[in-house]
Amino acid sequence: MVEIAKELAKQQREISVSEFFAKNRHLLGFDNPRKALLMAVKEACDNSLDAAEEARILPELYVELQQLKEDRFQVIVEDNGPGIVKEQIPKIFGKLLYGSKFHRLRCSRGQQGIGISAVLLYGQLTTGKGMHITSKIGSKSQAHYYEIHMDTQKNEPIIKQDEVVDWKKDHGTKVEVELQGAYQKGKQSVDEYIKEIALINPHVQIIYKTPDNETITYARAVKELPKEAKEIKPHPHGVELGVLIRMLHSTKANTLSGFLQNDFCRVSQNVAQEICEKARVSLRAKPTTIARDEAEALYTAIQNTKIMAPPTDCLNPLGEESLIKGLRKEVNAEFYCVVTRTPSVYRGMPFCIEVALAYGGSIEKEEPIKIMRFANKVPLLYQQGACSTAEAITDTAWKNYGVSQSKESIPVGPIVVVVHMVSVWVPFTSEAKEAIAHYPEIIKEMKLALQEVGRQMFSYIRKNVRAKEQQERINLFEKYIPELASALAVLSGEKKVEIQENLQKILKKGLKDLLAEVKEAENTEIKGNNIAFGEKQKTLEVE
Amino acid sequence: MVKQDSKKILKDLGIRIVEQTKKGKNPEIKFPLRNLSNIVFDKKTKTLKLGDKTGTRSFFNVAHSKKFLQTIEIASIIKKELLDSGKHEHLRGVFYMAKRTIPGTNVNIVDEQTESDKSIEDLEVITGLSREQLHVSANKMGSIVGNIIIEDSGDVIDCSKLGRGGYSIPSITDELEFKKVNAKYILYMEKASTHERLVEDRFWEKNQCILLTSQGQTTRGIRRLLQRLAEEKDLPIYVLTDADSYGWYIYSVIKYGSISLSFASERLTIPGVKFLGITMDDIIKYDLKKHLIKLEDHDLSRLKQISDYEWFKGNKEWQRQFKMMKEFNGKVEIQALSSKGISFISEKYLVEKIRNKEFLD
Repeated sequence: MVEIAKELAKQQREISVSEFFAKNRHLLGFDNPRKALLMAVKEACDNSLDAAEEARILPELYVELQQLKEDRFQVIVEDNGPGIVKEQIPKIFGKLLYGSKFHRLRCSRGQQGIGISAVLLYGQLTTGKGMHITSKIGSKSQAHYYEIHMDTQKNEPIIKQDEVVDWKKDHGTKVEVELQGAYQKGKQSVDEYIKEIALINPHVQIIYKTPDNETITYARAVKELPKEAKEIKPHPHGVELGVLIRMLHSTKANTLSGFLQNDFCRVSQNVAQEICEKARVSLRAKPTTIARDEAEALYTAIQNTKIMAPPTDCLNPLGEESLIKGLRKEVNAEFYCVVTRTPSVYRGMPFCIEVALAYGGSIEKEEPIKIMRFANKVPLLYQQGACSTAEAITDTAWKNYGVSQSKESIPVGPIVVVVHMVSVWVPFTSEAKEAIAHYPEIIKEMKLALQEVGRQMFSYIRKNVRAKEQQERINLFEKYIPELASALAVLSGEKKVEIQENLQKILKKGLKDLLAEVKEAENTEIKGNNIAFGEKQKTLEVE
Repeated sequence: MVKQDSKKILKDLGIRIVEQTKKGKNPEIKFPLRNLSNIVFDKKTKTLKLGDKTGTRSFFNVAHSKKFLQTIEIASIIKKELLDSGKHEHLRGVFYMAKRTIPGTNVNIVDEQTESDKSIEDLEVITGLSREQLHVSANKMGSIVGNIIIEDSGDVIDCSKLGRGGYSIPSITDELEFKKVNAKYILYMEKASTHERLVEDRFWEKNQCILLTSQGQTTRGIRRLLQRLAEEKDLPIYVLTDADSYGWYIYSVIKYGSISLSFASERLTIPGVKFLGITMDDIIKYDLKKHLIKLEDHDLSRLKQISDYEWFKGNKEWQRQFKMMKEFNGKVEIQALSSKGISFISEKYLVEKIRNKEFLD
């Protein structure tokens, strides 16, 4: 036994995160070549937009895909953001789980510090090549050019090239990476992704050059930046025991009272006192000396203490005006409506749901409605079925809004629905950030917003669409009259002309009543037209 | 006589509607509803019938307009093209006669045959005339062999002298005349192959009966023919089907009527008809267990439906059959009798069953 244990010990060693993700690339969304191409574009764009907005710069993006071989692509994303300080460049791009976003609660696109370094890792795995970064932080600064690889065992960047270059831009960052990918149009394509970025970020200008050498410009529809995303401290109710212990050990506060008040939001002196009393821990205890069982008592005490909901001014939804401008720009419809809900809270995290809807126009009539999902202004293209938005939509009774829907499924009609969740922490179902987790509070807010746009759409349909259809159908009466008159003439032996004149008189006289009748007919089932069979019986009857 | 009536009834329908237009009223037709909620089992006559709920269809109502036009258009076609000329046309033919585009629109009077078929059914309930009286026919099916002489459109047919095929029953049997009938009963069977077996064995001659079949479900024409023979010639009718829920349903339709044709029950159902076989008891008695075919889900659900029919509910004998089928979890075809010998059915099975009056009611 000892021998075996010793033998095994030889094989046991630390696994670096980079190695782990290299082997489990699907966890980060690189499941297949098509998706990998999208992920590269997505991560680079997310970073560019976050950086530009944080620096309060109206973002301008340039995205280019070059097809080098059948399955080989060069992805270029360039922005006009603040640029990155030279020393930080290698780590940001060449080290997994390094970044500014993970430790902050703030409405940003990226959350984890994995994204762009994962792209580098994937590119390196599939092509053996590194990532090229050019960045400049101001008109008087020099532009730096780097080629970076990753040491996957150590999870550390390897700098292959480091040069000062000439770059006309005042500031900005350009990322170039070669990777194995596949370019396909359709629902989950880069094309769709860029289009959706333009929709949900109407303040962004995007120039996109496709592998087919086509250049598409998405113009800016809003000249103001969205409200700045404020950072908040965690709310006590949103913190798990492990996180609480970590925070206790790393806090700068000297007392438990200070820790609770300074490191969390919504904790006053009174609340801190209440928590400590319930947990039977001294207010003046030094946080770093709190034992594990005391921490657990604190955790339970927090859960049992009523604490004011977290502040919501940290949320930066687009707002109804901007969202509708974005939707109008990218979807050609005849009716648009939008609702931005007042913020709400799940698990101590403030969030806000925005829903916009487009109806009619060139939207496909006979297909299930198109759902566009967004989290913190990032389009979500995969895993629609696993997303809480899907549940909110199938759970909504669309029939009430004049839209056909079979039981618990996506309704069918000429509709595009945009669902946008804004939160300091969007709960995704996986690291690949594709679907929003099913928190009841989130689904409830989505449904309320969907119902509101549903009502607005229905009132539009009733007023305009139905009336138009009704008029068309009434026009049909005029065409039917001569037909009915000749058939009746044959049957009765009376003169066709007279019958026809009489029918026309009735139509003229009764037009108003008829319109009322139309409405009624729309709402009530017509009886007496068909035999209702049991299905089995239908197949059994002859003739 | 019949033709005169039909023409007059259709003309009256036309006149009634024209009168409404003269008074400036929205033209409308009232007729009994044909949906399931208006179909009732009449305990007295033991047939499925339409209830007394009525519906109204009016022309100036967007939801009704086209159907109204279709019904009147088809009525005029039937009157002008069929009744006036004394010709008959098939359902499919009527569909093509009605199918045309309304000038100035892209709307057709009818797009599918089901629409013209429905209009014809509408006319049947509106006027009380049968489809046959309206000179509309359907696919013909089935044949008859035996000591019966029939006159059809002036031709006299001796059904005992037509070889193995027999007389092919037309779609409309109302106008057939029975010249001479020399039989003690009628044997109606589901399977054409059984019919052929019995004809080859000259079963009808040896047992002085009439053999009748249609493949599968019984057509309106055959149901009407059977009813007329039962009533006019006072002949008992025995039904022979597979021992399965579909076969037994054939018997149910002949005896009590069907949901889709409940409006015509009076002219189609035969309350006196008796079920001869195959019964579950036959399976035991004639040792057919090894030929049981396992019931599938659809058999079982159909069996459940049938056993819940109002007319079978209080019938102990039938309920026993249903129960046995469920216990056996199997069904048996008529042809399984051939395992006992090719002519076992004609020489033993039928003879015994009929002699011992082993019928289910």
